[in-house]
Amino acid sequence: MQTKNIMIVGVGGQGSLLASKLLGTLLVDEGYDVKVSEVHGMSQRGGSVVTYVRFGEKVYSPVIEDGEADFIVSFEKLEAARYVNKLKKDGRVIVNSQQIDPMPVIIGAAIYPEDILEQMREKGVKVDELDALKLATQAGSAKACNIVLMGRLAKYFDIDNEKWEAAVEKCVKPQFVEINKKAFELGYNS
Amino acid sequence: MKKLMIGNEAVARGLYDAGCAVISSYPGTPSTEITEFFSKFDDAYCEWAPNEKVATESAFGASLRGKRSACCMKHVGLNVAADPLFTMSYTGVNGGMVICVADDPGMHSSQNEQDSRHYAIASKIPMLEPSDSQESYDFARLAYEISEQFDTPVLLKMCTRVAHSQSIVETREKTVYKEKPYEKNPQKYIMAPANAIRRHPFVEERTKKLTEYAETSPLNRIELGNGSEKFGIITSSTSYQYVKEVFGDSVSVLKIGMINPLPIELVRKFSEKADKIYVVEELDNIIESHCRNIGIDVVGKDVFSVTGEFSQKTVADAFNLEKKFSVNLDTDIPVRPPMMCSGCPHRGLFYVLAKNKLTVLGDIGCYTLGSAAPLNALDMTLCMGASVSGLHGFNVAGGEETENETVCVIGDSTFMHSGVTGLINIAYNQSNSTVIILDNSITGMTGHQQNPSTGYNIKGDPAGKVSLEKLCESIGINSIRVVDPYNLEECERVIKEEIVKPEPSVIISRRPCVLLKYVKPKKPLVVNKEKCRGCKRCMKFGCPAISFRDNHAAVDATLCVGCETCEQLCPFDAFEMEGN
Repeated sequence: MQTKNIMIVGVGGQGSLLASKLLGTLLVDEGYDVKVSEVHGMSQRGGSVVTYVRFGEKVYSPVIEDGEADFIVSFEKLEAARYVNKLKKDGRVIVNSQQIDPMPVIIGAAIYPEDILEQMREKGVKVDELDALKLATQAGSAKACNIVLMGRLAKYFDIDNEKWEAAVEKCVKPQFVEINKKAFELGYNS
Repeated sequence: MKKLMIGNEAVARGLYDAGCAVISSYPGTPSTEITEFFSKFDDAYCEWAPNEKVATESAFGASLRGKRSACCMKHVGLNVAADPLFTMSYTGVNGGMVICVADDPGMHSSQNEQDSRHYAIASKIPMLEPSDSQESYDFARLAYEISEQFDTPVLLKMCTRVAHSQSIVETREKTVYKEKPYEKNPQKYIMAPANAIRRHPFVEERTKKLTEYAETSPLNRIELGNGSEKFGIITSSTSYQYVKEVFGDSVSVLKIGMINPLPIELVRKFSEKADKIYVVEELDNIIESHCRNIGIDVVGKDVFSVTGEFSQKTVADAFNLEKKFSVNLDTDIPVRPPMMCSGCPHRGLFYVLAKNKLTVLGDIGCYTLGSAAPLNALDMTLCMGASVSGLHGFNVAGGEETENETVCVIGDSTFMHSGVTGLINIAYNQSNSTVIILDNSITGMTGHQQNPSTGYNIKGDPAGKVSLEKLCESIGINSIRVVDPYNLEECERVIKEEIVKPEPSVIISRRPCVLLKYVKPKKPLVVNKEKCRGCKRCMKFGCPAISFRDNHAAVDATLCVGCETCEQLCPFDAFEMEGN
C-alpha cells in the first residue's frame, strides 16, 4: 500500500502528544511500519505545534510535505489553515471549532480570520468541523478533546473500533480509560 | 522486543544495553530525552551536571575508572565541552566512552545552526551518525566497541529529526560488560607536553586505522539501485530518509553511518558506478569536501542549501521533480509564536524592566521569550552565561552612562551552568553591574530538569542545594536582594535602588515555574465590565489569558492561574476574583 499521512496540529499544550501516541500504538499493532515526528522544546510554550504520523509497508521520511497529507486533524481553526498547504488533493481536514487567539491577535497587531474554514471550503477542501470541546466535556473531561478528534478520524479508517479502544487502554492511565472511550465514541458518532 | 521509540529513547536503550554504567549530562533540546530515559534504569548511575564541560569530564572519569560511560548535550553544549574533548582524543579511554551530541538544523530551539561534524574532524574523534531510531540503538551499542577497540571516545551525532522522530526499534539482549581494571598510566593519562607529544602520533595512526575500518564497516553501505537513474547519491543521517522517500530503489546510494573518518576507497568504488555523484547532507559540506579532497567531482551545496532543515521536498526540488498539488489560501494567517505561559513569574519582572526602559542583556532559557511583543524587553541573547559577562563589559565600556540603566537577566539553571564565572569577574573587577537571577527553581525551557540550585537530583530525590544568596555573598557581592516577581511595586522599587548603587549587586527574582506540579493554580480572575474602561493597559502585559473583546478586557478562565499580576496594572480595579 501507499504510505498514508496524517498531521495533528494545534497549540502547544492542547494534548497532541496523546493523540499521536494513540495513533502510533494502534498502527504498530496493526502491523504497519510507522514513523511519528514532532518537535519538542520552544514551540511547546503556546506556539504552533505539529506532529506527523506516517504509516505503510515501508516508511522512510518522518515528515510530511506540501500536498502529501491524507488527513489534517486540527485542535484549533487557525492551525488547520496554517498547514492546509500540506493537504493532498482530496485530503480531509478534521477540525475542532475552537478559536485560540495568538499573541499578535491578542495585542491587536493582527486579525483572526473568522471565516477561515469557509475560505478553505471555497478552495475545495473537505472540512469536517466539530465542537470537540463540547463533546469532550460531555464525556467527562475537557482534556479529552484529542480523543474526540481521533474518534472522528476513525470513521475514515478500516480498523475495528475495538482495536482503537484497545489502543486507548494502552495509552491512558486506568482511571481515565472510561472517559476517553466515551470521548472516542462521541467523536466517532459526531 | 519491538517498540516505537523516539531516537533519543533508542540511544538511551542502546547505551544501557551496551553496559553503560554512568551518564552525566546537561539538558539541551534536542538531546535532553536521552539522559531522561536513561535515568529510568535503576541499575545505572545518571546525573545532571551543572554544564557540558563538567558532564564530559565526569563521564571521562568514569571511563578512566574502567566503566562504560556517556555524556549527552546539544550542539552548542559541545562548544562548552570542547576543552576536554580535544585532549580526550589524545588520552583515549579505559572503559568505552560515548559523547552524544544533537544538532538542530532549522533551529527549532537553538541560537545557531552549527554543524557538530566539524568537531569530530577537528578533534580527530570518530563520529557515528544514525538516520532513524533503529540505527540510533544499534550505533549506540556499536560505539562502545569502536571506543574500546581503537582507544578513543566516540561521538554519536543526532539531529532534531532523528532525535525526536519515533520509528520501530527491535532491541537485543543486554551486554554483560566486564569493567576494566584501573591501572596508573602517566604516559597515557597525564597530558603534559612530554607525554602529549608522544600521544599525538598515536592519534594520527588511530585515524588511519579507523579509515580502514570505515572502508569495510557495515556502518557505511552501498545500496545499488535498479538502474533506472544513472546518477548516484552519497548521503547520511535524516537526509538518507528523504533521498529514499523520493527515489526509492531507482537510484544507487552510498549511505554513510560513520561520518568521521570517512572511507576513501569505498567512495571511489561507488563513484565509478555512476555517471554523476550528488551529495545530500544537511548544514555544511563535510562529505562533499571529503569527496573533492580525494579527487572525486560531486554536486552538493551548488544545489542544496547550507541553511535549514531538509525534507523530501528539498530533494525533489533540487532534482527539479514535478511539484505536488497544494492548496494556498489568499489570507494572511497570523503567526503563533511561542510565549511565556499565563502566570509565568518572568512576565512581571520583564514588565517592570520594559516600563523603565532599561537596557537588558539576556540569556538562554524561557525568558528569551521576554524579547517578544508586547514586552520587547531584551537587548541581547548570545549563549549560556553571556548575559552576566556581557553586562560587565558593557558597563566597563559605558561607565556611568550605562551602569544606572542596564541590567542582565539569567535563569537559575543557566546561572549554575556558566553565569557564576561571569559574576566572579564582576565582583573581582568591581563593575557597578546589577545582575538579576530569575530563580524559578527548575530548568524550564528544556522541559523541567533539576539543577544544583533546586535541591533535587535527576531521579527527583533530595540532593545537595546551592544557596544562590550564599554563593553570591562568598564571591564578594555585598548587595543581594530577593524579590517576588508577582509583586510589581516591590520589583520596581528594588531594581531602581540597586541599579544606582556604586557597587556590584544581585537581585534574585524568586518564584517557582507555574508549570511545576507542586504549584497549585488559584481561581481565575474575571473582568468587571462596569469597571473596565477599555484602556488596554493590561494588553501591554502580554498575558495569553487576557484578550480584548467588545471594547473590554476578557480573561480566558481555562488559561488564567490567578496570579493577580494584571490586577496591579489596572487603574480601575476591573480584575476581580470570581464570586466577589
